[in-house]
Amino acid sequence: MSKALRAWLVFMLIAFTAAVSAQAIDPLPFRDHAEELRFQHLTSELRCLVCQDENLADSNADFARDLRHKVFELMQQGKTDAQIKQYLVDRYSDFVLYDPPLNIHTWLLWFGPLLILIAGGFTVGYTIRKRSRVGTPAAPTDNGDDW
Amino acid sequence: MSRLLPFFGFVLLAALLAFGIWWNSSHDPTAVPSPLINKPAPSFALPRLDQPTHSVSKESMLGKPYLVNVFASWCFACGEEHPVLMAESRSLGIPVIGYDYKDDPNDAKAWLAQHGNPYDTVITDESGHTAIDFGVYGAPETFLIDGKGVIRYKRIGPLTPDVITQQLKPAIATLEKEAP
Repeated sequence: MSKALRAWLVFMLIAFTAAVSAQAIDPLPFRDHAEELRFQHLTSELRCLVCQDENLADSNADFARDLRHKVFELMQQGKTDAQIKQYLVDRYSDFVLYDPPLNIHTWLLWFGPLLILIAGGFTVGYTIRKRSRVGTPAAPTDNGDDW
Repeated sequence: MSRLLPFFGFVLLAALLAFGIWWNSSHDPTAVPSPLINKPAPSFALPRLDQPTHSVSKESMLGKPYLVNVFASWCFACGEEHPVLMAESRSLGIPVIGYDYKDDPNDAKAWLAQHGNPYDTVITDESGHTAIDFGVYGAPETFLIDGKGVIRYKRIGPLTPDVITQQLKPAIATLEKEAP
């Protein structure tokens, strides 16, 4: 690939990325940069409900824009991040949060991997102990199954 | 025994896959559970489509159960739901309020004129602000609100004859038993 072509491709890629992200962010009258950063951070932690694999900050959906405006409005009213999240959870359930809170419905999600790790640890420990007691070598002899 | 272990592993994975397929086909994986069920409906006051100077509010509807059906002329699934509502809305025995969501009132009027109007009253929420309070994220959605203004049932997605017979009508019957 020629140098010029490569440079052109890189340019197009960057230009398109910029166009897409500029579309998702609608102009809101932020007081200062800190408020804008807070807004970006908060909306990136919230799920867009119509396009469920996207967050609120990146979504182009009309409904996501409405919710962004609501978040902005609540920020202007002086609500804290926790209060804004609670406002949305009250209406759209925990599902609206990307970071699932620890509660009775989500404990398996949080501790499941740990339980699997513990179970695996016990299995390994049991196998090693059994093998050392019998006296067989820890590594099985090669039987041709090299996969 | 240990030779069969991979086989058991395979059976376990296959069972997990079958469960996943069953789960996803019997549930709508994109439906968000509403935390508003058995909670008071948010207060609202929205203009009527036919008389924009008159509004319908939560207070004005207190005393009797009613159904709120969120629709819009731009909503494709609402077109699928519409014939069902046309056929069934009178047989429910309670007022059916059409909630025109993020829609141009003229488009909504044209849509209802073309397809028929199954609603007792139609209210309009052009901005969609009140809909956020209802936890609406798409149309169609349907809420059953009791005489005390509490949301008792919610359907996300179109009402079908099966949903009406198996879920909505029993829910309405429960409300009628409660009210003397």
